[in-house]
Amino acid sequence: MNQSNLTISRKLLSLNWFIVFLVAVISGIGCLMLYSAANGSWFPWAYSHVIRFSIGMTLMLSIAVVDIRFWMRNAYLLYMIILFFLLVVSLMGEIAMGAQRWIKFSLFHFQPSEFMKICLILALSRYFNGLTYEEIGKKLKLIIPLLMVGIPVFLVLKEPDLGTALIMIAESATIFFLAGVRIWKFFVLIVTAMLSFPLSWHFLREYQQKRILTFLNPDKNESSSGYHILQSKIALGSGGIFGKGFLRGSQSHLNFLPAKQTDFIFTMLAEEFGIFGGTCLIGLYTLILAYGFFVAIRSSSQFGRLVALGVTTTLFLYLFINIAMTVGLIPVVGVPLPMLSYGGTAMLTIMIGLGLLLGVSVHRCVRISSYWY
Amino acid sequence: MFRVNERNLQKVFTRRAFILACGKLGLISTLAARLYYLQVVEGERYQLLSLNNQFNSEIILPVRGRIFDRHGVALADNQHIFQLEIVRERTKDVSATLSALSSIIDITERDIRRILEDVKCNHAFTPVIIAKNLTRKEIDRVAVNAPYLPGVSINVNYLRYYPFADIAVHIIGYVSTVSEEELTGDPVLGLPNFRIGKSGLEKMHESEIRGTAGRRQVEVNALGRVIRKLPVDDGKAGCDIKLTLDINLQRFAAERLARGNAKLLLINDPRAQRALKQAEPTIRDYYMDQKTVLVSSNGKAVEAESGAVVVIDVRNGALLVLASLPGYDPNRFNSGWSHKEWKKISNNPRGLLNNKAVSGQYPPGSTFKMLVMLAALESGKATMDTKFYCPGYLSLGNNRFHCWLHYGHGWIDMEQSIAQSCDVYYYDLANKIGIDCIANTAKSFGLGKVTGLDLPGESAGLIPTRDWKLATTGEPWHIGDTLVSGIGQGFDLATPLQLALMTARLANGGKAIVPYIKISSIANRPIEDMGINQNHLNLVCMAMYQSINSPLGTGRKIKGGKNDIKIAGKTGTAQVRRISMLEQQSASHHHENNKPWLYRDHSLFVGFVPVKAPRYAISVVVEHGTGGSYVAAPIAADVLREVMRVDCVDSAD
Repeated sequence: MNQSNLTISRKLLSLNWFIVFLVAVISGIGCLMLYSAANGSWFPWAYSHVIRFSIGMTLMLSIAVVDIRFWMRNAYLLYMIILFFLLVVSLMGEIAMGAQRWIKFSLFHFQPSEFMKICLILALSRYFNGLTYEEIGKKLKLIIPLLMVGIPVFLVLKEPDLGTALIMIAESATIFFLAGVRIWKFFVLIVTAMLSFPLSWHFLREYQQKRILTFLNPDKNESSSGYHILQSKIALGSGGIFGKGFLRGSQSHLNFLPAKQTDFIFTMLAEEFGIFGGTCLIGLYTLILAYGFFVAIRSSSQFGRLVALGVTTTLFLYLFINIAMTVGLIPVVGVPLPMLSYGGTAMLTIMIGLGLLLGVSVHRCVRISSYWY
Repeated sequence: MFRVNERNLQKVFTRRAFILACGKLGLISTLAARLYYLQVVEGERYQLLSLNNQFNSEIILPVRGRIFDRHGVALADNQHIFQLEIVRERTKDVSATLSALSSIIDITERDIRRILEDVKCNHAFTPVIIAKNLTRKEIDRVAVNAPYLPGVSINVNYLRYYPFADIAVHIIGYVSTVSEEELTGDPVLGLPNFRIGKSGLEKMHESEIRGTAGRRQVEVNALGRVIRKLPVDDGKAGCDIKLTLDINLQRFAAERLARGNAKLLLINDPRAQRALKQAEPTIRDYYMDQKTVLVSSNGKAVEAESGAVVVIDVRNGALLVLASLPGYDPNRFNSGWSHKEWKKISNNPRGLLNNKAVSGQYPPGSTFKMLVMLAALESGKATMDTKFYCPGYLSLGNNRFHCWLHYGHGWIDMEQSIAQSCDVYYYDLANKIGIDCIANTAKSFGLGKVTGLDLPGESAGLIPTRDWKLATTGEPWHIGDTLVSGIGQGFDLATPLQLALMTARLANGGKAIVPYIKISSIANRPIEDMGINQNHLNLVCMAMYQSINSPLGTGRKIKGGKNDIKIAGKTGTAQVRRISMLEQQSASHHHENNKPWLYRDHSLFVGFVPVKAPRYAISVVVEHGTGGSYVAAPIAADVLREVMRVDCVDSAD
């Protein structure tokens, strides 16, 4: 059976609609929270969120039905294009929120670093798809993928965007790991990283240093840097088991909670719906993660497997970093919660990723030779 | 080859995918555990913190209850003070508003700079004080121009105000800021401008006068801006207190006592200037910022007298006057005393802070003789006809007990013994009836124990008994003790209030009235009869009448003209220290004015009016005022005349 010959409608039928439904539910929850964040108003956030969701959904479904061989074939091209935009941003991008992350188009802000996360997965997957297990064991063969990761990470760090850089490093490491790179090499990497940490401390921006310091001792400086973490913890903790009720989160509505519509939207949810709402949302995400895992296991091509788990891991990284930050487990890093936080590109990134995941599932039986090309 | 490679890769992938999945699951569980910890384990703590964030509790200060005299004249009042504030967000241009304001009221360039600085430092919605203590006129001007002064608002505060300043300060007391020890956890007490009663009635009835603070819960956002005001608990204003005091009488009595026998002159009077020149430097200091000067009969400027005047209604114990001198101005606590001023006040030898009327203890002296007389009559050991011979002294062993009249009164009967205040007669009488009999009578007339007045700080005085002396000094009672006790000297001590009460109980036919100063809604206790022979009481009252109205009476100087009110009373001179025999013989102690003030005798007077149907009893103590007939009696007479004048006016109403 050759699924590449399926018609679009047959492909749509074979899509996992449960996952599509889950994505819609999570985005719906996001919509409700943004409605609440605006003190019970569709404007300015919930409304745009719906529009972005519609665009994202269309994009996700379109990507899902495209033959994965198309993505494989064009992986390097897409990577190069986004890398070009990243360069442009770092050279002349607009300065916003202390970081050069945006390219301003007439209609929307384009954030190349977000798309780089997906393109990096595609490019690395394609690269490792072409290697045999023995070849992967050779050090020389790892130079190219390391460069493929290193260059965009360097550019993103220069912007500076620690969150995105972290996600890119982590997802790439996962792909390296899954592709079969020998375990001892990771240990070497980790040890080198730890040794170089005191050195790299000096390269961090002052506000990044401060964030790490306040994370280590949040109660010390209640009114300035530690304030965000503390207020977030107060909001969460005061939510209790079932929360204060929809639109009744006093912490969020009285502006004690910072960035409640973006990075701290999970806090708001947990304040208004308690631990019940919080764990339910985490559960929904976990279902998608589990689905990604099974898609990867069942895919018959290395490219499909790596893309599927690469995307799943990216989603996981987003959600883990974001939630861990709001509950005070890690320092404040600017990572949004996918499909809930207000903000276009993060949502698009994840939905494009999920489109690829669905696509891998649809095309799970398509075999791709490792000697392709 | 292809197959093998593919299988290898898939095997590695699957194995590692499982490891990865387990890792992710572990991390997700960590998140769930953290949520459990924050929201369930620590939930309550964070709920509290959240409530603290959300609500600011504002306290609405209760209006302090006022204190009135018997005619409804306010003795402790609440004065409005007006304060101007500006709120930045309610005006387009703060400095324009301020310059408009400066053309209406008096604000300096420096004030404006200070206000602009304050405005900059505060949130846009926080009011900043422009000026405090505005006059009514200024407030009116601001109010009229309000449309041209956007952002400016008038705020009303209360300030405790005592219109009569030092006249009743020892009774009313004063309010001041809360000290560390007085904090009880009541949040009102923690407010920076809250004041509580520190002495007198203000302290005693604090809980009643203070009222209960209201509370306004305000929901605030992270910046502190008020989002919404929640239902208000207005609190309760403090209760007003009404006193039996007649403040005008009190003022009359206080001013009369202060004057003593001196003349009150304006400071720019040439006689006053001359008197000041002759006076000692301490006296000149004393009159530094005064408008009037007291000039004694010898043309010297003198300090105002100190002491106490008590006027009591003999029928029910209501106090009309309870004056203690000197006093101080309680209004000064609003702005606070400087350390130097306060030291001067608290170290003043004349005792500014004590309410001498209830806490000052003086030997009753000759005013005590009525009780000895009554005790003798009641015991049956003496009658009105009992006579003793007074040679000017009484010998007991090697001691001589002197009469104030050097050459003696000769044979004298009971009525004249009071009228002429013969000491020897009372040595003999006391010796005859014994100390136990005297002490019992004295105690039943309210001496030697607190009277139960509804004011703090009352002293018990002292009526010595055999047991008391043995217990305190370890020595047995001597006859000599009885003798000096008979003329109210020795161990005997009484407060001016006790002396007034004693006189009242003598004058009202032996009714055991209890003095009180606060008119309360509770009906007065039934007044007990002391069970004393009315005839005996009448005889004592008659003797007191003779003391003023007989030609040889010690109080004859204050006997008024034909149309004047008749007074019954008794003078008293209380020795401050035992006079040595040498001094006694040299008779130099009669020149009291030459002694240092602190060693001079206290001058006392007790009395009542009207003679036929007693209504008011008085006691006057002039500290170190020398002879009772010389200083205290004229003061008492003037006060009693004023009392009767006011009484006539009141009953005519």
